[in-house]
Amino acid sequence: MSILSLARFQFAMTTVYHFFFVPFTIGTAFIVAIMESMYVHTKNESYKKMTKFWGNIFLLSFAVGVVTGIIQEFQFGMNWSDYSRFMGDIFGAPLALEALLSFFIESTFIGLWIFTWDKVKPGLHAFFIWMTSFGSLTSALWILTANSFMQHPVGYAIRGGRATMVDFGALLKNPQLWFEFGHVILNAIMMGGVIFAGLTAFQLLKKRELSSEARTIYKKTMHLSLWISLIFAIFGLVLGDMQMQYLVKEQPMKFAATEDVYTTTGKHAPWTVVGIANTKEHKVEDNIDIPDMLSILSYHKTTGAVTGMNELNAQFKKKYGKNIDYYPPVNTLFYSFRIMCAISAWIILVSFVGLIMSREKSGYLYKHKWTLWILALTTFLPFMANTAGWFVTEFGRDPWTVYGLFTIQESVSPNVSVASLLTSNIVYFVLFTVLAITMIGLVVHELKKDPTQMIEPKFKKVLDPFDKEAF
Amino acid sequence: MSFLQLLWFFLIGVLFAGFFFLDGFDYGVGMATVTLSSDEAERDQMVRTIGPVWDGNEVWLITAGGAMFASFPYWYASLFSGYYIILMLVLVGLIIRGVSFEFRSKSPMPRKRIWDGALGLGSFMAPFFLGVMFISMIQGMPIDANGNFHATFFDYINWFSVVGGVALTLLTYLHGLNYIALKTAGDIRQRANNVAQFLYWVLYLGLIVFALMLIFMTDFIKVHPVAIITLLVVMVVLTIIAQVAAIKGKELTAFISSGLTLVALVALLFIGLFPRVLISSISPRYDLLIQNASSTQYTLTVMTIATCCLLPFVLAYTIWAYWIFRKRIAMPVVTEAK
Repeated sequence: MSILSLARFQFAMTTVYHFFFVPFTIGTAFIVAIMESMYVHTKNESYKKMTKFWGNIFLLSFAVGVVTGIIQEFQFGMNWSDYSRFMGDIFGAPLALEALLSFFIESTFIGLWIFTWDKVKPGLHAFFIWMTSFGSLTSALWILTANSFMQHPVGYAIRGGRATMVDFGALLKNPQLWFEFGHVILNAIMMGGVIFAGLTAFQLLKKRELSSEARTIYKKTMHLSLWISLIFAIFGLVLGDMQMQYLVKEQPMKFAATEDVYTTTGKHAPWTVVGIANTKEHKVEDNIDIPDMLSILSYHKTTGAVTGMNELNAQFKKKYGKNIDYYPPVNTLFYSFRIMCAISAWIILVSFVGLIMSREKSGYLYKHKWTLWILALTTFLPFMANTAGWFVTEFGRDPWTVYGLFTIQESVSPNVSVASLLTSNIVYFVLFTVLAITMIGLVVHELKKDPTQMIEPKFKKVLDPFDKEAF
Repeated sequence: MSFLQLLWFFLIGVLFAGFFFLDGFDYGVGMATVTLSSDEAERDQMVRTIGPVWDGNEVWLITAGGAMFASFPYWYASLFSGYYIILMLVLVGLIIRGVSFEFRSKSPMPRKRIWDGALGLGSFMAPFFLGVMFISMIQGMPIDANGNFHATFFDYINWFSVVGGVALTLLTYLHGLNYIALKTAGDIRQRANNVAQFLYWVLYLGLIVFALMLIFMTDFIKVHPVAIITLLVVMVVLTIIAQVAAIKGKELTAFISSGLTLVALVALLFIGLFPRVLISSISPRYDLLIQNASSTQYTLTVMTIATCCLLPFVLAYTIWAYWIFRKRIAMPVVTEAK
């Protein structure tokens, strides 16, 4: 095991794990904020109970998301010190801004939100969760500003052996950023909808009597969640399509790999539905193709050639002069991309059909177990889709950390030993496993509660903690 | 050395000082949850004092790290890769205590105790290993021409660094006790105060050992004699003020004094380092300096503008949040609302 492979494995493990909880938190915070706004607007106590019930699930995700995020910030220096030296002038600023603008807002207002139920006016209390949601949404913007630079460097100059910032505005205007940001945000909110709809389905599948109020709460949650997942999944799909057209132009290598294109296609590019890339001989085997389809997907018309990886590799060799191959892991990209798209399409279908089935008149959704089971099992799919999506983005950058400027090989900390890396890999792995088991256990535990019992117990007057002032 | 480089060196110091002042008492309360409580109700009461604010306090560390990355990337890269295992232990501490708040409030009883333990352990690990890191750092580390550490076990763990770790842990513990005394009502308030009064005697001893080691094992006193001696005196005076205030029951004064002791410690470290950011024990030529470890003038300008625009708001809503939670916490009655 080399330093490089261990550092890469650790980075993949910690970011993938962290990103289970990031969109979960962003999405559920947003929906919980909507729920509470509905309470403020209608003054209907059911919405308040609903907010509290689902708020508890959101809080669990938030807790794990926050702590696994700290690793990320430290990890750049710990494992990728040469990268940090090369990129610090550019990469550090968005990270610092993320902390300064987003994390402070998020963490301060979530504290206010948790502890001021019934202590402040409902409108102000709802404002707290909206601020938390705002904090989490903007944090995505800053970290993706940093990531987008790595994908598509802009506004920089190489001076004294490092990348230096010459135009901060260019970093924010990077088109890559707005595709990534839109993609992440839309799908995070969609994921919140899928999770709440799925967990509601689990609740309704349980063999137990539900009070009519609890049933109403679940049905309202289902309705709201399905609408959100449908709308945001459709927007997400449209944006994903735009992003791919951008990729054809800006990151042709990544695009070619996601579509298994080794040799440049003719004018009518066929689309490989499935196939296996032979990465040694640079050709695709056992493939099923649809004629013209790739041209349609890439350019929205039946003609248009797609440059193949072989040609791009030759170009890159000439351009960058390093004696390496520039093929990304083709099969990983190809199948990750298909998994992501399939899940996206599935979610649109399920949300749409679910909404129709859940209409008051038919109520088919609630009368049949199989429909609920489908929704319940769909809960887990967005986690896979997110991971697959990041695989496409990050593996597709191979062998670069910063596209065209700095390779992964050059980025790693040279002085961290294999023993240290092995230790940290094992420690994080064990820790993450424990956190995941606990978190799932606690979500199940929370779901056993009755949403109608979500009203805070009143403190006796004498013991009111808001009685005496400390300062 | 440009003005902006100097400013950012100062601001990194401010961020670490803010971190130790604020998250310092969180660690203290976390440790006290295990050491000072007699039952679950008291643990709930103590955790409740920091429940709404600990997360915001921890962001000071995240901001310090991010700002260090942005303004002094060479410092960040060398320090973080050099202290790989130590920082991993800090992270483990931060992780287990970070989740413990949410996990303990939602776990049923026997399992809740596990997360009480995690809160205590994590709250110990973070300040202890940060103390070890900072104190071994100021002794000088084997740093080569490329800024990479080639340190062995005893470079990290030696008498001075362990004393530093213990001292920092003790300071945060006392700071936490003062906070508990300030923010609770009932039994625990008095108990926290009593323990604090006693522990100050231990702290004096710790400070003397620390000062002697600082004089003999670092070059701080040679480089900045006046400032270092002044700050050591300030730390002792603040400790005396805190102890007297604790005895007299002036809880707010005691709390602010213990917080300022931590601020003085950070000031001591940063002034002692100046104009270096990392000291190489191999050769002074390999020292990382403010001058050559920083980002470009352009990036520092962007960061300065952004900070000037954002920090006032951060401070405003942070203070507002503390104001909202200004009341003392009584024994929780019915357990925390689920």
